[in-house]
Amino acid sequence: MTETLKLPIYLDYQATTPTDPRVVEAMLPWFHDSFGNPHSRNHVYGWRAEAAVDAARKRIADLIGADPREILFTSGATEANNTAIKGVAHFYREKKRHIVTAVTEHKCVLDTCRHLEQEGFEVTYLPVRPNGLIDLDDLAAAIRDDTVLVSVMGVNNEIGVIQPLAEIGALCRSRKVFFHTDGAQAVGKIPLDVNAMNIDLMSVSGHKIYGPMGIGALFVRRRPRVRLEALINGGGQERGMRSGTLPTPLCVGLGKACEIAGREMAAEAERLKMLRDRFYARIMDSCPEVYLNGDLQRRIPGNLNLSFAYVEGEGLMMGIKDLAVSSGSACTSASLEPSYVLRALGVDEELAHTSLRIGIGRFTTEDEVDHATEVIVREVTRLREMSPLWEMAQEGVDLKSIQWAEH
Amino acid sequence: MAYSDKVIDHYENPRNVGALDKDDGAVGTGLVGAPACGDVMKLQIKVSPEGVIEDAKFKTFGCGSAIASSSLVTEWVKGKTLAEASEIKNTAIAEELALPPVKIHCSVLAEDAIKAAISDYQSKTGATGTKAAE
Repeated sequence: MTETLKLPIYLDYQATTPTDPRVVEAMLPWFHDSFGNPHSRNHVYGWRAEAAVDAARKRIADLIGADPREILFTSGATEANNTAIKGVAHFYREKKRHIVTAVTEHKCVLDTCRHLEQEGFEVTYLPVRPNGLIDLDDLAAAIRDDTVLVSVMGVNNEIGVIQPLAEIGALCRSRKVFFHTDGAQAVGKIPLDVNAMNIDLMSVSGHKIYGPMGIGALFVRRRPRVRLEALINGGGQERGMRSGTLPTPLCVGLGKACEIAGREMAAEAERLKMLRDRFYARIMDSCPEVYLNGDLQRRIPGNLNLSFAYVEGEGLMMGIKDLAVSSGSACTSASLEPSYVLRALGVDEELAHTSLRIGIGRFTTEDEVDHATEVIVREVTRLREMSPLWEMAQEGVDLKSIQWAEH
Repeated sequence: MAYSDKVIDHYENPRNVGALDKDDGAVGTGLVGAPACGDVMKLQIKVSPEGVIEDAKFKTFGCGSAIASSSLVTEWVKGKTLAEASEIKNTAIAEELALPPVKIHCSVLAEDAIKAAISDYQSKTGATGTKAAE
């Protein structure tokens, strides 16, 4: 069976997803046949493009329980997060100066918050519990009279854990604070309803949900109204919140990706959970001292994040070159910094160095899971036989008792 | 990252992986590096009464370059006297394996491991006269 596998096996669905062929097909006419500017009001080329963009907007809105007029297109989730956080902070800056977020947010949220701190805003970075979830009591305690926004992601990109969005939303609404969630990894993967969850702003990414790269969206609530200052000024498109000509093919692609996700989410989640559980069981049955990072239950089905004790991450990556997975540490960037997300969970630096993020998705097969787990088990076992730390642990030496020469 | 063919060869077919009896008076053991830094090397040498390294074994926790560096030095030290082995420089290891700049520390660690193993052997035997690890 494995002879027919396409190598390397793609297991990095949290980094990006292949564009679904049905999405590509839906996009194609809008490049050459119906190429009009959706903002052209004077002829049918423009009208057609506008209708296509509006239909896509409705599909996005339908997936998250929003009104189409609450959806604005962006270049991706990074721009959506920047627009939401900076836009709201800037609009209300005369009265409110404080933002709450979490330490495990994506870099584009954290960096945006750092940027606002330099402008004089104050930011509280909530810690997370060892399972990766924030503590609602911490959030309640962090909200102040001058808090304008709480930004907590729906699903973490490294460990796949699902934050308690409905509870956070209820708390924010009761304290009259806007709630923004980075939904890049959540939309299309788990059921979301912006009204039931009291979400005021939500960022969406195209390429994380089998749509094209270069497109995303931001949900901005109309009632009660959320106002924001635009980052990009120009012709006043997207109700003045995001100027620039809309890329019709990309908008159509994102809409199609949302439509497919809405229709197939339940069945897909079930299939991915079966594959994920198979993956996890095959590793755990064959390898001792493997640790799962992040909560297993409150997690999207397509993610595993595993630490392999006594094996070094980069060495492991070299051994599993038939697999396209992401290493939990950024060793290859020469910084030797383990993942800040894993560190925030309280994972030992040593274990954080040896972690793999395994992302499975729509096109992952059972054969691929079986082959991938075989390769991982084989290499972990081989590298452990070569590892002085594994040898010492087997002899009962407490590695923490050793005076290591840090270099 | 692109690894050289020699690094890949040592990584896939490491020479002299294993352990020698660390309580044997003829065996010197060097353990260098730190888990938190992502590299730990254990190098062991077995020394003949004439002061020649007869056997060498290693175990390494680290990246492919670290494994290759330690595998290579086990080949190099065999048959050498302690004085000769202590002359092995990290630059020679880095050159042989074509290590990129970010991996030079792997070769430094391998040199340190040789010196630590020789020093351990000498502290056991109280040997003098061979000027080795400083």
